[in-house]
Amino acid sequence: MKLLVEIALYFSQFCIVLAMLLCMLRLLKGPTAQDRVLALDTLWICAMLFALLLGISFASLVYFEWAMLIALTGFVSSVALAKFLMRGEIIE
Amino acid sequence: MMNIPEDISPWLAIPVVLLLIGGSLITLIGTLGLLRLPHFYQRIHGPAISITFGAGSFLLASMLYFTVLQQRLVIHELLITAFVMLTAPVTAMLLMRTAVYRDLRNGRQSPDLKPPTPPASGHATTAGANSPGLMEETRDRNPE
Repeated sequence: MKLLVEIALYFSQFCIVLAMLLCMLRLLKGPTAQDRVLALDTLWICAMLFALLLGISFASLVYFEWAMLIALTGFVSSVALAKFLMRGEIIE
Repeated sequence: MMNIPEDISPWLAIPVVLLLIGGSLITLIGTLGLLRLPHFYQRIHGPAISITFGAGSFLLASMLYFTVLQQRLVIHELLITAFVMLTAPVTAMLLMRTAVYRDLRNGRQSPDLKPPTPPASGHATTAGANSPGLMEETRDRNPE
């Protein structure tokens, strides 16, 4: 059973890293600026999922706070970038 | 290395494994949609599935695992769940508004919908939106 959980954890880490690579491709390729912002937002989400996975792997609750912080900063940065793209300034 | 107890019971291991594998596959599919779909207005739907289902099942797996492992109720992952579920639509809506605004400002119709309707309501379309050559030209312009 331990082996099963380990294999599942390795598999999930592989999938999340692959997803981050795909996001990175879109981030580099994206024809418009809003594509890049969307890819960056998804990259934040994937990073949060990776932190959760690390938390399960090492059975430590510290990673939960990482995930919370990553989710918070991801939201703020995406909103700021979207507003900047729309108006040209963030705080009006 | 990984810190997993030797005598983990199957009743805990199997649901956690299923949730982890399902969540990671769904996240991968969502980002594949982000990469593969042809236009921005379709691409914005890709990550939505990885936010809702992927993050949802990962958080559920984490809650289950720590609750059984520590033999107390560990549900602070609900905080992340609530936060992500609340903020994801806000981000998506802001990004979508930005995209529509920028497309209109750059004088092109949303490039992925059908060819523009004839100028019955002639606001915010390009002057030559009906001629196919001009439409192609504006479509290829990079607004950055």
